[in-house]
Amino acid sequence: MREIQEFTLDDLRHLVSPRAISGETMVLNMGPQHPSTHGVLRLIVELDGEIVVNVIPDIGYLHTGIEKNMESKTYQKAEVMTDRIDYMYTIGNNLVYTLAVEKLTGLISPPRADAIRVILVELSRLQSHLLWIGTSALDLAAMSVFLYAMRERELVLDIFEMCSGQRMMTTYIRPGGLWRDVPAEFEDAVKTLVAIMPKRIDEYESLLTKNPLFLDRTRGIGKIDTKTCLAWDVTGPTLRATGMPFDYRKANPYCGFEQYDFDIPTQTTGDIYGRYLVRVEEMRQSVRIIEQALNKLPYGPVRDNNRKYIPPPRSEIGVSMESLIHHFKLWTEGFNPPVGSVYTAVESPRGEMGVFLESDGGPKPYRVHYRTPSIMLLQALPQMAIGHFVADLVGIIGSIDIVLGDTDR
Amino acid sequence: MNDLLSPAVNTLQSMFNAQVAEFRDEVTLTFTPDQVVPAAKILRDQFGFDVLAVETAVDYCPQTTPRFHMVYIFYSSTLHIYLNFRAGLPAENPTISTLETVYPNANWRERELWDLMGIKFEGHSDLRRILMPPNWEGHPLRKDYPLGYEEVQYTFNFEDIDLRKPKGVRLP
Repeated sequence: MREIQEFTLDDLRHLVSPRAISGETMVLNMGPQHPSTHGVLRLIVELDGEIVVNVIPDIGYLHTGIEKNMESKTYQKAEVMTDRIDYMYTIGNNLVYTLAVEKLTGLISPPRADAIRVILVELSRLQSHLLWIGTSALDLAAMSVFLYAMRERELVLDIFEMCSGQRMMTTYIRPGGLWRDVPAEFEDAVKTLVAIMPKRIDEYESLLTKNPLFLDRTRGIGKIDTKTCLAWDVTGPTLRATGMPFDYRKANPYCGFEQYDFDIPTQTTGDIYGRYLVRVEEMRQSVRIIEQALNKLPYGPVRDNNRKYIPPPRSEIGVSMESLIHHFKLWTEGFNPPVGSVYTAVESPRGEMGVFLESDGGPKPYRVHYRTPSIMLLQALPQMAIGHFVADLVGIIGSIDIVLGDTDR
Repeated sequence: MNDLLSPAVNTLQSMFNAQVAEFRDEVTLTFTPDQVVPAAKILRDQFGFDVLAVETAVDYCPQTTPRFHMVYIFYSSTLHIYLNFRAGLPAENPTISTLETVYPNANWRERELWDLMGIKFEGHSDLRRILMPPNWEGHPLRKDYPLGYEEVQYTFNFEDIDLRKPKGVRLP
């Protein structure tokens, strides 16, 4: 039997300041079961009075070995694992994996599927930001926003349920297109949401943007600059709040994002308030993209017809023995993409989320690596938190919007 | 090959005698392990590849020379292009120098690789396990590491299995 050992102060000797060893500063443990750490994040905080001298994040409490598990499943089945990585951006996780498989195999997603993908990933970003605005304001003791944000998030999850039968772990986006076409009521539901969202975002803003208590807790706190961000590979709203207009949807467009008209919101302050303003504006831009995509939603098939990778449609299976065999073979044995490795990335609500996928020519991915934004945000946490109060540390963790599933995989 | 990419690729190829491969519009340069850090430094300082987007490894067990491939993917935030590096590592004591001095974010990426793949990084400032518990044996992402499972505890056998399960211990 193996006992799981904890590390001691001796193991961290090279990370804390000499004052901690002599007992001048205090080394405290925060988490992993702390409500303000947004999951199971453990921080070892060195404090001088109430001032943070150093933060040592300790992750791995949510490590589930997803990369290892995916290596033992066929390409189709491995996709189910991807939902569980960033559980606030599930559709985006599917999308980035799907884009990698499509790049490897040469499958092409039809225009209708692309438009629906755009609508769904933007809805997914919207619900992630809604949960973020609720919980991060809750960390700063603003109770009511959470209740309002959850009300709208419910509408988004209802749309996911309508399409895929699942509220969060959808596995709806598949290599070559979508699992199936959206139901008839989908367009109306999205239209309703798009119509109410701008007003609702104004509502959240009226609670926070000019709230003096919120301003006191957020302005000038947790600052980071563009150069540090790039060196520590920090992307997403945290980078944009420092003044750099870098958005993956504009820089390297995927799924036809180049057809849509939207802005990249930026701020120059690089503090918690800057990140807040960027995310609120991003919600508005998401709504704009959804509206445009919905207005020109083309008709047509939602899945590529390359039978080497895509099973025959259901209607054909009923009348043709060959199609039945084909379907059976594809789902039991999987398909064999060419040998090679690819890298694709998408813009997640937290930053650049990428997949490195290597194929050895067999039906199972040889190596999958998820390049996730949260782990890099958390690595840069000491850069933002040092010198601030321990109470502000909570606000900073909330503002970078980490998801622990994304960090630990 | 992308026109923006060719100056960097040509320079590095002639300087280090690296092999160039292209697959699905992605260019990969293969180096020997000791060339990676100087090449990355040139790439960052002269060609503006300011982001280390991915650092990972692939295990080609049972192949032994090389058994591992280090994979680095660099990104230029001004030109919006990627460039891949690879370096083969042997099965016996796979070691490569750290990229932390050039790209600080390599710190956690290399800790993760040490933890899950068992690749050592010379000169790394803090090479501890990051995802697995500190006293874990083996490196789970290696191909010769079994998938394993956890026994399911029901009411009737809860205590029997509980005795065998690993448990945390309190800090002294």
